[in-house]
Amino acid sequence: MLRLERRPSPSRFWQAATPVLAVLLTMIAGGIMFALLGKNPVDAMRTIFWDPLFNAQFASYSRPQLLVKAAPLILIAIGLSLGFRAGIWNIGAEGQYIMGALAGAAVGLAFYPADHWYIFPLMVLAGAFGGWVWAMIPAILRSRFNTNEILVSLLLVYVAENILASMSLGLLRNPEGGGFPGSRNLSQYPSAANPELIAGTGMHWGVLAAFISVIAAYVLLQRHILGFHIKLAGQAPRAARFAGVNPGALVVLCMGISGTLAGLAGLFEVAGPAGKISIDFNVGYGFTAIIVAFLGRLNPIGIMLAGLLMALTYIGGELAQFMLGLPAAAIQAFQGMLLFFLLAVDVLTNFRIRLGARMGVAP
Amino acid sequence: MTEVLRIEGVTKTYPGVVANADVSLSVQTGEIHALLGENGAGKSTLVKMIYGLVRPDAGQMIFRGAPFAPASPGAARVAGVGMVFQHFSLFEALDVAENVALGMENPPPMKTLAARIRQVSQDYGLPLDPSRRVGDLSAGERQRVEIIRCLLQDPKLLIMDEPTSVLTPQEVAILFRTLRQLASEGTAILYISHKLEEIRTLCDEATILRRGRVVATCTPREQSAREMAELMVGTTLTPPARRNRPLGHVALQVTGLSVPSPIPFGTALKDVSLKVAAGEVLGIAGVAGNGQDELLLALSGELRTAPQMVQIDGKGVGDLGPNARRALALVAAPEERLGHAAAPDMSLVENALLSGVVRKGLTKRGFIDWPATRTFAAGIVADFDVRTPGTHVAARALSGGNLQKFVVGRELSQSPGIIVINQPTWGVDAAAAAAIRQAILDRASDGAAVVVISQDLDELLEIADTFAALNEGRLTAQRPVEGLTVDEIGLMMGGAHGMEVAHHG
Repeated sequence: MLRLERRPSPSRFWQAATPVLAVLLTMIAGGIMFALLGKNPVDAMRTIFWDPLFNAQFASYSRPQLLVKAAPLILIAIGLSLGFRAGIWNIGAEGQYIMGALAGAAVGLAFYPADHWYIFPLMVLAGAFGGWVWAMIPAILRSRFNTNEILVSLLLVYVAENILASMSLGLLRNPEGGGFPGSRNLSQYPSAANPELIAGTGMHWGVLAAFISVIAAYVLLQRHILGFHIKLAGQAPRAARFAGVNPGALVVLCMGISGTLAGLAGLFEVAGPAGKISIDFNVGYGFTAIIVAFLGRLNPIGIMLAGLLMALTYIGGELAQFMLGLPAAAIQAFQGMLLFFLLAVDVLTNFRIRLGARMGVAP
Repeated sequence: MTEVLRIEGVTKTYPGVVANADVSLSVQTGEIHALLGENGAGKSTLVKMIYGLVRPDAGQMIFRGAPFAPASPGAARVAGVGMVFQHFSLFEALDVAENVALGMENPPPMKTLAARIRQVSQDYGLPLDPSRRVGDLSAGERQRVEIIRCLLQDPKLLIMDEPTSVLTPQEVAILFRTLRQLASEGTAILYISHKLEEIRTLCDEATILRRGRVVATCTPREQSAREMAELMVGTTLTPPARRNRPLGHVALQVTGLSVPSPIPFGTALKDVSLKVAAGEVLGIAGVAGNGQDELLLALSGELRTAPQMVQIDGKGVGDLGPNARRALALVAAPEERLGHAAAPDMSLVENALLSGVVRKGLTKRGFIDWPATRTFAAGIVADFDVRTPGTHVAARALSGGNLQKFVVGRELSQSPGIIVINQPTWGVDAAAAAAIRQAILDRASDGAAVVVISQDLDELLEIADTFAALNEGRLTAQRPVEGLTVDEIGLMMGGAHGMEVAHHG
């Protein structure tokens, strides 16, 4: 029989080891699922985890995609992780991502076709502002009226999606697009484009922003009193008040940071890889980033690795879909397993597993 | 008399700590047996083994003639062991009968249960209305719920863990009468306490533990409290030295403080006024739940009020937060150590930063100076004899008494001008309690104004210059401690809550 025994202090070893264990368990369970679907599990794992990076045939396309897909995930997840640490649950990063993209793209399109160096920086500011404003709605409602920020931020995603649809059909529609929905292509408008900075790497301004956010969050959490207060508020809210933390101000701050970063991610995406506003512009980065944040233990370095891993499962998953004919749902289930196992093995951080029945008195 | 419980050579080791080493003791029917010891001496571990919460590594227990190794508290209860914990496990939103039912293996129908609760409470002089909501009960009444819950199971052995810490002197007397009645009917009682005078009046035998071992057994009535304390601690105790302190200006003044409680089922403060001069120690007594927590919050700055209601050196600070008040030299130590005064999962270093950051200057432009913080934490551990493997361990890994030493030490180490402290020695052993009291008096000698809120009257009488009591959110007038009698204090505290009909005659 198995039983759990509480550890006196959380285990540092297992804090680092549980994500690795979760990935291994996901591979095993996912392999079984793929086998039941009639595919060779070893082939499937190789296609998902190995081929995108090292197979000569695919790597030239997939390797840059790794950074392109990981950057928005990391950028959003870093912002979310600060709030999650403080017990502030922003579930609506997807909406903030859309609003950031819309605000940024609108500024860029307003200047079209002028050519100025300051257009792109202005778009970055607008993108950050769009995400920030969208996050301030649940933040202020929570700190003023104690509404549930989970619900409000989530529902605002659907509002944002409708605004996105309206914009791509109306205000921001490309006048030269023959009536099709969607804006002008920003990536073909040099003053507003977010280009690949080093050819063949996928590196663009958003990737740089993601790495900077990782370093900034790490310094904030390890060295700054604000980071300490964020952790304190999440772990022991009453002790945080004793330490002089103002809970309302912390909500506004954490929601503001996560909204800003999500908005930036949206702007970099719309000006670069996606190129334009379209009805289906958002692909769920804002939700996947929640998984990335937890997969990375809410730790900046962990989030960076988790973002890269999650991007890999996306790229590898797509590859597996057309190489092996795996259904898209199976790939989603595979990604879901990752979060499931991560949360399940998390118990090892605070508990140790003991084998055998409860011990009686020794003779 | 026959033997109810016999423990032979019981040993329990935790990683890095021997909690119990070769402990033996024996309790007879009808005996009130005291278990005495410092914090970390192994008392809790021992009773947890008897109650089935912890399993011994070696040794054996014999309960009523048969080997006894309960796998769970449920099994221990079925065998006839009852336990009243120091911390109550009651649901405030439920009524008394529902709470009692939740603690039973097979509760009878509510009507029958209510009748039995009335019967038992009458038989043992513990009046309790089964239909009252626990949230509305005083601490003393809540303890009665726990005791009656045990008595309904007809225990052969009743374990009481620090039962008097939440009672007025009158309530203590009533509890003792109940315990003596139980003993006279043949129930064995294992009584854990730090209060040596209580043990001398109540207990027949005592087993004294030190560092996990039995160091002595004695008959408490034949020993002085001092002798027992020295057996327990292993050294000679000196009572705190009181220096004659000249009083300075009024450092802390509270005027007409009225504020609703931020705590569910809390007590609103009603027109509280007090005045403490530099060098003065004000002792505030009161049964738990009469506004102590709220008063601490209002003084520490966690609960804001109108500016003039709280004044530091004549300046209104009622609207300032904790850190602004710390900058004005006010430090506070809340009663609840884990979760309020300290963050359970954070290390002692991080917990030192928690309230020390302002006065110790532990940040530069917002960036934390970790080396200085580590030095500060290590200093607290050394100065206040906090027993811990190091400052890197999580606060929750420390025993209650050690964490208390750390939390109080953290505040007293910040060269405070005003100290507000709730339950400074709660759950702390005699030697450490003496050290904490001495440290408080030393700060007062250095010119600090001190407010000590405590439920330990002996403590207040020992260190306070002036005395007041909280009763349902109101504070009595401040009186000099000299010349106060225990009876007067009891009346200031509101007498015995809801006990008017008990033990008449």
